[in-house]
Amino acid sequence: MSDLRTRLKQSIIEQLNLEEFEVEDIANDEALFGDGLGLDSIDALELIVLLEKEYGIKLTEPQQGKEIFISIDKMAEYIEAHRTK
Amino acid sequence: MSNPYKISNFVRIRDQRIFHGEKKLFSCEEATHLKRFLKESYKFLNISYPKFHKMDALCKLGILAAEVLFKNMEIPTDTALVFSNSASSLETDKKHKILMEATVSPAVFVYTLPNIVLGEISIKHKLQSENAFFISDKFNAGLLADYSEILLDTSKADAVVCGWIEWKNAEYDVFLCLISKEGEVSFSEENLEELYRFENE
Repeated sequence: MSDLRTRLKQSIIEQLNLEEFEVEDIANDEALFGDGLGLDSIDALELIVLLEKEYGIKLTEPQQGKEIFISIDKMAEYIEAHRTK
Repeated sequence: MSNPYKISNFVRIRDQRIFHGEKKLFSCEEATHLKRFLKESYKFLNISYPKFHKMDALCKLGILAAEVLFKNMEIPTDTALVFSNSASSLETDKKHKILMEATVSPAVFVYTLPNIVLGEISIKHKLQSENAFFISDKFNAGLLADYSEILLDTSKADAVVCGWIEWKNAEYDVFLCLISKEGEVSFSEENLEELYRFENE
């Protein structure tokens, strides 16, 4: 589970070009949007693409993203439960 | 009849160098890839704007140039932006085309228009102004001078940033001028042309 969180952080840093962040800068329970990492709506789309590409999870409802992309912890829990690869 | 406007300030970015007016501000001495030059320039200018890293090179060049141009200045929110180039957003368009064959990246797609650079500069510097992006074969001082002068004459803007911002085949060429009523150099097609040629000759 913690490996998944680390890999997820690496993917997010790489995919979203968060060049000023290291894996250890992102807390598992830190908010990804708003005051936390400060991600925006385009980043949310990138996260949807990332879930599909790396874990075979296809989100069809935009509302789902709001519930999943709260924090690394929430994303990891969702991936564990729904991954197809 | 000459106009009352002046070229208050200008910035030049090309060949791994940044000029503020005629003064060299920064350069990478060794041959450097554009990506590294942009990152080194960002650090040198002491910019703290994480969104910078998500932008394509055209927008990064615009953000760097605006940072130099606006340094230590209070910029009116109605400062208009009148930019031009010949390649539009071709480099990002090509990247997007390649990605379309596999998985499209929304973060790449949003930069497949040249005028996005105008929006990025406006967001960073809180400008709420007129803007235009022209595509022309080469630097066209007459077009930029005419369009900028109309904006100033009709009070659509208190100041204008106009010029050329090109990124094509790993080459880049930026020349932006701040036009207002302050300064020594008269704002004219001839002077714009001369300043653009200054580093190009």
